Amino acid sequence: MNDLERSKWFNWLDERFNLKPLVEFMRHKEVPVHRYSVWYYMGGVTLFLFVIQVFSGILLLFYYQPGVDSAYESVRFLMTKVEFGWLFRSIHSWSANLMVFFIFVHMFSTFFTGSYRKPRELTWISGFILLALALGFGFSGYLLPWNELAFFATKVGTDIVGAVPLVGDMIRTVLRGGEDVTGGTLLRFYAFHVAMLPAIFTVVLAVHLLLIQRQGMHEPESVSAAGTQVKKTMPFFPNFFLRDALLWMVVLNILLYLAVFFPWELGEKADAFVPAPAGIRPEWYFMFMFQTLKLLPAHVLFIEGEVLGILFFILIAAAWLTVPFWETKINRNIRPRPMTVIGIAAIIFIIVMTVLGYVL
Amino acid sequence: MATRRKFLNYVLTGGIIGWLGTVLYPVISYLKPPPLAEANVNSVKAGALADLAVNSSKIVKFGRKPVILIRTEQNDLRAFAATCTHLDCIVQFRPDTEQIWCACHNGIYDLKGRNVSGPPPRPLDEFSVNIIDDEIVIAQESEKG
Repeated sequence: MNDLERSKWFNWLDERFNLKPLVEFMRHKEVPVHRYSVWYYMGGVTLFLFVIQVFSGILLLFYYQPGVDSAYESVRFLMTKVEFGWLFRSIHSWSANLMVFFIFVHMFSTFFTGSYRKPRELTWISGFILLALALGFGFSGYLLPWNELAFFATKVGTDIVGAVPLVGDMIRTVLRGGEDVTGGTLLRFYAFHVAMLPAIFTVVLAVHLLLIQRQGMHEPESVSAAGTQVKKTMPFFPNFFLRDALLWMVVLNILLYLAVFFPWELGEKADAFVPAPAGIRPEWYFMFMFQTLKLLPAHVLFIEGEVLGILFFILIAAAWLTVPFWETKINRNIRPRPMTVIGIAAIIFIIVMTVLGYVL
Repeated sequence: MATRRKFLNYVLTGGIIGWLGTVLYPVISYLKPPPLAEANVNSVKAGALADLAVNSSKIVKFGRKPVILIRTEQNDLRAFAATCTHLDCIVQFRPDTEQIWCACHNGIYDLKGRNVSGPPPRPLDEFSVNIIDDEIVIAQESEKG
């Protein structure tokens, strides 16, 4: 019996909700210790940043007013007049970017360690959905300040969706709330960003975390196959959790440093009757797709370059989503391992296209 | 009895699918924005000729669409839909190269609106330009005499 179980409060709750099995579960939760253990922390960091997004986002809602005549002005007011308004907006933007970054790190680490394999296929799929939702958050949130850059980036982004064969036109109209990017689009993106996406994201995130709790941490094959010697593990509470918490503090400090010393800019207000300025670009995590589309010629054979590019990315996304199901058919004894080659090729492609996007 | 259970399963499944349909149909229809009554614009006035310098341009509202009006070095007046045929950005006139340029993806059109380099797949739609009492009037191409 420990302090917790002696406490009056705990006993009061336990009598009613039978909490002892839960405490027992947490007490026995162990995390494997090996040379890849560091990657176990990436999901936790992402979760931490998501919590920051929720809190900073709620704060922004107190001043933000969607609408062509009010969105930009309300953000400017927030940034110039409201105490610490600039800070919370800057935290929200930086944290969003860091969150997407850590999602990618987390995703590739589970990819390279093969964590998606049976029995964790559904964890991988729920993670993929969370990635898609996070990108949706980024895309919809980008437009909300209604500045020039975001306005044209949204025009381009939604027009790209329109190039999807068959359903593209309908999706574009539903996204834009009409033919063009207008105040109607802004309202829709607002609804996506603050209501629809958070609701869906929270449910999928809960499933993702439950699956992980149910199955425990995955041990990479190279580690589990390594030998008969006693496996090293670490209790989740408090050892792993405290390390998690320490890393969260480090990330929070980096986030605050970025938010304070590199505050997010607001730019010029969007105007639908002014030529697009040079330097229109999406958020960095869309850059590799954007750049790929840019490099494609207007027509490849008889298909428009855009359509070809989009079909390519849809295909890649489908392949990525279903990795746990086709990877089993690939011979793992070939060196270098085919999956490692695929993963590295994907990373190189993303990095090269992103860099080209900023340099060209 | 298996057949009775099967029958009930069919009825229940069918009922649930039908119910989902009755819920989703209005929701999806609701999300599709109704078409706006488009003001049928055939021509717009674009200001006095004297206000538009040679080798310069301006963006004019043609209904809800932007149109780029250009006065060329040779003192010709041209007007095109200002929406890039590539991905919907708004184009601009480059006095230095005497071309129409889209900054989003470096699409270039010549002064006849033809896509000459970069990703645009089609030329820009042309509008007719007339001068009536020293005022520039832009009209849909089909209106042209």
